[in-house]
Amino acid sequence: MIPTELLIHIIKIAAVIGVMLTIVAYTVMLERWLCAWMQDRVGPNRVGPFGLLQPLADGVKFIFKEDVLPHHIQHKIYFTLAPAITMVPALITIAVVPWGSYLPIFGHNIKGVLADLDVGVLYIFAIASLGVYGIVLAGWASNSKYPFLGGIRSSAQMISYEVCLGLSVVPVFMQVGALNLSRVVEYQAAHTWLVLCQPLSFFIFMVSAFAETNRTPFDLPEAEQELVGGYHTEYSSMKFAMFFLGEYANMFVASAMMVTLFCGGWSLPFAPFNAPATTLVAGLLHIAVFLAKVIFFLFVFVWVRWTVPRFRYDQLMALGWKIFVPLTIVNIFITGVVLMLMGAK
Amino acid sequence: MNVHDTLFWFFSIAMLLSGVLVIANRNPVNSAMCLVLLFVFMAGLFLLLDAIFLAVIQILVYAGAVMVLFLFVLMLLDIKASERRRILWLGLIGGLAVAGAFVWELAMILGKPLKPLASADKPFHAGLTDVVKPLFTKYMLPFEVTALLLLVAMVGVVLLSKKELR
Amino acid sequence: MQVQRPKLTFLERTYIPQILKGMWLTIKHVPQKKFTRQYPEEKPVLFGDYRGAPTLVKDPENRVKCVSCQLCEFVCPPKAIRITPGFRAEGAPDENVEKEPQEFEIDMLRCIYCGFCEEVCPEEAIYLQRDFAIAGYSRDELKFKKQKLLELGGVRPDSIWKWKYKGAPPPGTPIGPVRDGKGAPVAEA
Repeated sequence: MIPTELLIHIIKIAAVIGVMLTIVAYTVMLERWLCAWMQDRVGPNRVGPFGLLQPLADGVKFIFKEDVLPHHIQHKIYFTLAPAITMVPALITIAVVPWGSYLPIFGHNIKGVLADLDVGVLYIFAIASLGVYGIVLAGWASNSKYPFLGGIRSSAQMISYEVCLGLSVVPVFMQVGALNLSRVVEYQAAHTWLVLCQPLSFFIFMVSAFAETNRTPFDLPEAEQELVGGYHTEYSSMKFAMFFLGEYANMFVASAMMVTLFCGGWSLPFAPFNAPATTLVAGLLHIAVFLAKVIFFLFVFVWVRWTVPRFRYDQLMALGWKIFVPLTIVNIFITGVVLMLMGAK
Repeated sequence: MNVHDTLFWFFSIAMLLSGVLVIANRNPVNSAMCLVLLFVFMAGLFLLLDAIFLAVIQILVYAGAVMVLFLFVLMLLDIKASERRRILWLGLIGGLAVAGAFVWELAMILGKPLKPLASADKPFHAGLTDVVKPLFTKYMLPFEVTALLLLVAMVGVVLLSKKELR
Repeated sequence: MQVQRPKLTFLERTYIPQILKGMWLTIKHVPQKKFTRQYPEEKPVLFGDYRGAPTLVKDPENRVKCVSCQLCEFVCPPKAIRITPGFRAEGAPDENVEKEPQEFEIDMLRCIYCGFCEEVCPEEAIYLQRDFAIAGYSRDELKFKKQKLLELGGVRPDSIWKWKYKGAPPPGTPIGPVRDGKGAPVAEA
């Protein structure tokens, strides 16, 4: 007999991964729809009602495609491992993000987060930083020039913007006084959304998140015009699909982070949403609010992609190192001074 | 053997194995990847000690940042697998001497009765504040000196990597 | 030449107002009318002289018009047409016509729909139709043979009847096809 505690955890993990992957698949759908609508086209509308089964068709297609292993690949292990290394960190970082407050069910008060770590956000950064390996190894193991250049660009970009990303959230935790993401959300539920207190922080975090997930306007690693497909040029079939899903899963995590850190997570500034849930319905509503916010940010990701042209590489680096890093440090300093003047602990 | 012990042995053996592979591999990229694995397993060991902060920092700093830069440089320089070299006897003897001294040191330390880190009334817990607070209070000076040292090193690197000094 | 670059204000140099403006523009297009044609259900409207698949036509009395002169084969830029000429059997009806193609083949994968064959044909036996969706499962399937070409072409009512007027036409016969006011050929009474 499996202990109840373990069973609850397994069900939670399955639910979180399931919901996340579904949303990720439908983000691809959203991307294609929005792109079409913004260009006055119709978009995918053939598979199922309104084309809603398109992700399923895509998945089936990917599975049945030939998995090509180019003959010039020398390190097959790395070549095969790289897509997984890109995809997996995105899936396990979601563990510390609180999806809801509590779910009181059958006498158990289930927490709306998989792992309530005290070092929450550090864990996310640590695991997310491992995602770079996937891209670096893919670029290197492909053993051809375009993937290599893509891999180099991407790793340089991701290392640079990790710094911005890490520094930009420091003021948030200075204000809240804890790294635990559940505490951050509870603080926002009790006080106010941190995007109002830390707009600069939010802005830098958002832009850095775009850079971290290799999305336009910072999608230089896969700049089609110069690098064919970037680091995944040599990949096909499910391996390519893993890169593809990895990108969208990273977007999901980035959106979840923005929601959790700056936009109040599961909270809304009125009645049943400004305190941890005590009933099952309220708990489910909290999760719905969280997911709605995440989907909004996914929408913004897609929206920006089909609006803004790509940056030049030197512009990207200059923006990261010369503008964002100093700005974040100034932001930390100002937050510190303000907190001191306000007499926080 | 409970789960905890099983994990301990798994992490330890895997860590030692990847450590050996780091030096045994001829291809530098393989070595680097083994080192990353080693860091991950070491983080696992920290986790078993309830030192979540250390584990996370281990991965964030070493696996996530330092080794990526290593790999980056390895890729850029395009280092081929190194040739089998003649063994330098002086180097071998020196290395063995240092290793022996280290083992002796460990034996001396472990031979003495240890003060237990955790007890029933005061469980060992290396959470965030337990690690960070002393850094900014008790050990403020060494911490800042280290920071300064790193800054100096960084400025030095920037200066040295510039080909022409203006 | 020196181009004077406009001096950007601080806000412009942050790109933010421009990006927001761009985002407003793109989102405005989302509910707008779509220009996509839903193809298999909604066929495109072809213009008047649309050039589709070339086909062989028959005259109003259901006889093959082609005399296998091979001018179209000669003029065809991608060499898509291949004609095997042949004589009509001795004693066949309408003996005033000597030749007709034994085999007539157009490779639809080669054809560029230029319409030279139609233009050059002295008997007005080959016409470009309005079919544009030509598909098949193999290359051979898309080499249209005489039978298929004749089926696609059908009967064309016009005035060039090689069967009727061998040699000089009787006086008063209009030269070339009789066309109505809009340029379409009409059948002779």
